[in-house]
Amino acid sequence: MKLVASLRALASSFFHRSRLDGEIEEELRSHLQHRADDLESSGLARAEAERRAAIEFGGYQRFKEESHEALGGQLTENLVQDVRFSFRALCKSPGFTLVAVFTLALGIGANAVVFGMLNALILRPLNVPQAQNLYMIERGRAPTQSYPDYLDLRDRNRDFKGIVAYEMAPAGLDIRDSTSPIWLYEASGNYFDVLGIQPYLGRFFHASDEHGPNSAPYIVLSFAYWHSHFQSDPGVVGRVVQLNKYNYTILGVAPARFRGTELFFAPDLWAPLVNQQQIEGFSGLNSRAARGMWLVGSLKTGMSPAEATADLNSVAASLARAYPKEDGSINFALFRPGLLGDMLGSPVRAFVGGLMFLAGLILLAACANLGGLFATRAADRSREIALRLALGSSHKRILRRLLTEAILVSLAGGLLGLSGSVALLRWLSVWQPLPNIPINVSVDADGRTYIVALLLALLSGLLFGIVPIRQVLRANPWQTIKGGPSGATLPRRFTLRDLLLAGQIAVCAVLVTSALVAVRGLMRSLDSNLGFDPQNAIQVNTDLDMARYSGDQVPIMQQRMLDAVANIPGVTAAGFADRVPLNLGWSDATVFTDSTTDYRPSNAAAEASAYNVSPGYFRAAATTMLAGRAFTWDDGPKAPRVAVVNREFARKVFGSLEQALGAHFKDWGGTRVEVIGVVEDGKYKTLAESPQAALFLPIRQSPSSETWLIVRSDLDPGVLANALRQTLRSLDAGLPFTINTWHKELDTALFAPRAASLALGVLGGLGAMLAVTGIFGMAAHSVSKRLRELGIRIALGAQRGEVLRAVLGRVFRLLAFGSAAGLLLGLAATKVLSFIVYQATPRDPVVLAGVVLTMLFLGLVAAWIPAQHALAADPLILLREE
Amino acid sequence: MTDHAELLPGTLDLLILKAVSLGPLHGYGVLLRIGQISGRALLIEQGALYPALFRLVRQGLLKATWGTSENNRRAKFYELTAAGRRRFREETEGWNRLAAAMASALAAQPEEI
Repeated sequence: MKLVASLRALASSFFHRSRLDGEIEEELRSHLQHRADDLESSGLARAEAERRAAIEFGGYQRFKEESHEALGGQLTENLVQDVRFSFRALCKSPGFTLVAVFTLALGIGANAVVFGMLNALILRPLNVPQAQNLYMIERGRAPTQSYPDYLDLRDRNRDFKGIVAYEMAPAGLDIRDSTSPIWLYEASGNYFDVLGIQPYLGRFFHASDEHGPNSAPYIVLSFAYWHSHFQSDPGVVGRVVQLNKYNYTILGVAPARFRGTELFFAPDLWAPLVNQQQIEGFSGLNSRAARGMWLVGSLKTGMSPAEATADLNSVAASLARAYPKEDGSINFALFRPGLLGDMLGSPVRAFVGGLMFLAGLILLAACANLGGLFATRAADRSREIALRLALGSSHKRILRRLLTEAILVSLAGGLLGLSGSVALLRWLSVWQPLPNIPINVSVDADGRTYIVALLLALLSGLLFGIVPIRQVLRANPWQTIKGGPSGATLPRRFTLRDLLLAGQIAVCAVLVTSALVAVRGLMRSLDSNLGFDPQNAIQVNTDLDMARYSGDQVPIMQQRMLDAVANIPGVTAAGFADRVPLNLGWSDATVFTDSTTDYRPSNAAAEASAYNVSPGYFRAAATTMLAGRAFTWDDGPKAPRVAVVNREFARKVFGSLEQALGAHFKDWGGTRVEVIGVVEDGKYKTLAESPQAALFLPIRQSPSSETWLIVRSDLDPGVLANALRQTLRSLDAGLPFTINTWHKELDTALFAPRAASLALGVLGGLGAMLAVTGIFGMAAHSVSKRLRELGIRIALGAQRGEVLRAVLGRVFRLLAFGSAAGLLLGLAATKVLSFIVYQATPRDPVVLAGVVLTMLFLGLVAAWIPAQHALAADPLILLREE
Repeated sequence: MTDHAELLPGTLDLLILKAVSLGPLHGYGVLLRIGQISGRALLIEQGALYPALFRLVRQGLLKATWGTSENNRRAKFYELTAAGRRRFREETEGWNRLAAAMASALAAQPEEI
């Protein structure tokens, strides 16, 4: 009842505020008139009587306000008043307001950006119906499966509504007489049906379209590709296009929001997996050992992941009995889909989690900074507050106004930070970090990001808004007014403000440490030995099956290309391989010692990154031969099987380099292979990896249509690229290819450490800015408080050093203390970085020295102006002012 | 100043209820009536009367109507509601008990203990 009544009063007061106001006013005036009438009748003149009546009445405004409150109109009324008052107060000190809003905007902006990433990569499920039921099926530590295993899992499980398989691959698509490389998903027939996607246009392919290898020449365009390459023409449905020179019918267009089942990888189109042979030039569909498929299953409603895992493993047990060689001991596990299962999932989660933590620290530092600012402001306004208290304002009222100020600042900062972060996220969403590959992540801000940012802003507003409350409550008006501004005694012990500053400096030191560690790691990984030399090397990437070469035509064409390229004047070395180190995608080969007869995975001697390379490859890549010989054209299909291995392979399988040369090992099929050469170790999958075994096989013994030409030359890359383009066009005008310097191709490998260094560098920079404003605020405040004392000291002959020590000693003690704490914390935090950054060790003298120097430098920069101010204190002027 | 008694907290409301219980009054009239019935011994700050009046109206103890005063001026007249009369009775009894207890406590002589 009471609630309803007060709500009604609130509502009516809101809508009838002026009417209510008028009524109160009229009643109070009526009182004054009646009183004046009485006084007049006792003999006073009317004017004098009215004056006396007003005096007797007391504080007219105050009673009017209290009457208003008594009538229940106080809430909105006071809120509007508080906001107006706080707004005026903030406008009166623009310096304070700007610094406060900007500081908070940095904190909120950083958090909104990182939260946007967290939201897009981790929190938000794939954009498909019932995404919470989707799981990626992984086999132990290997995320991909073979097609026969997929068929068994699909048909024999009981807990999934359906399981889809897909692979990502490049292909050549002919539109209007020109072939352009595109990326597609080869997807199982049930792909769209299990995921529950409806076509935007036309239809999708279904399981019923699959009738054996190459039986389903259909493609489905992505919305983006349809928009950019077919001008959103609704007439494309049914049109026949050439994919790798084979005729394919466009069935339909996928909806715009569906970007495939990998967050990082939005395909241009989808094609049936059964057509793998036409799309990739080879087909692993019949081999249980060719494990290239990603499997995603959709759980039946009510099934738990644990039940489904048990179900899959019972299938696995029967597979192990039937195919001990390929499926000897397999164990399935379920992971969240979207980030290549657990392969990218766990490092991305660790990294974004780490970033979120650091961004949280930024916000904490910003709050500490603002808390300090507000406390200082409250201290500077202690006289004003005391005056208000003395004039009858209540503590409650003053606190409410201070809090309103804090909330106004936090809202302004939050909005500013949010708009900045929305712009940044929008830019990140269209950013394509890697050449030639459609890798990008849609991290657009959504409602959740907005809400989180504004909640954070309000929360931090309340957090730093309550810092000065104790100060206000303790305020004794008489003492403050009597004492005057210089009466504030020097605080001897550490105050809350000191702790805030030291904490903030510690946080900033953590950020600076992480940034330096990341940048050092990036520098070191660029300097580390890659096992090849990207300098002066150009790569030409093509896939001969895009121009429909097959079988024996492939090696003939490859050799023609190599000869033509090697004959370009200025080219010093040329070779090719089916893939190159440190690029996306790799192949691992399981090898066994010569004496092994049981080829189970558990008996393997090593897992080696495998490359099929042409004669001349090592010279073109500038990979140093340590012993033995490189391949020649004589290492052909009929010659004995041979291999070149790296030093790590030799050590792992044979014990040493000397023992490896001339020795044999067996490949996964049991074929004996002789080691004819050993090359230096390098980096193969990521820059951060520890030494890996690598295996090079002659391309004539294991042919592939995928071709990476490596051309070494002292020519200008632009000139050479033109010559290469002409040469290759003259060989086959219909062959699609891309030309890049090796440095450019390395962007792929450098992407993760670069992104990490960039993110941490930005956060470190933010931390440094906050440290500067925090120290500046503290030093400036301490100088302005003690200006009079300093002036007297100078007048009495104090030296510059003594003055500075007196006023900045405390600030620098806090700086040293905070930095030391932050450095220690930062060293602990950088463990997270070692996932991504090469040798991210914090025990690096350069990093340690760098952090100490940076913090000292920041302290000096921040204290510079207050120090000048202190030294310039003129006792005469100061004393006159009092 | 010394011949006026300070008003105890909470007594203003009771005084207003008493004053209005003797007949409808406007604000200034309430003030005069309190002065009259207390023998001018109780000091009320004039302005402070109004927040108290409005509070009582909001609690539903008084009801207010605009009318014309004896001076021929527009004024708002207050009278007790049913709830106001009940509250007035309860508070009067409570006050009398308190006053009696205080009086007997203060009148106690050493030999009575």
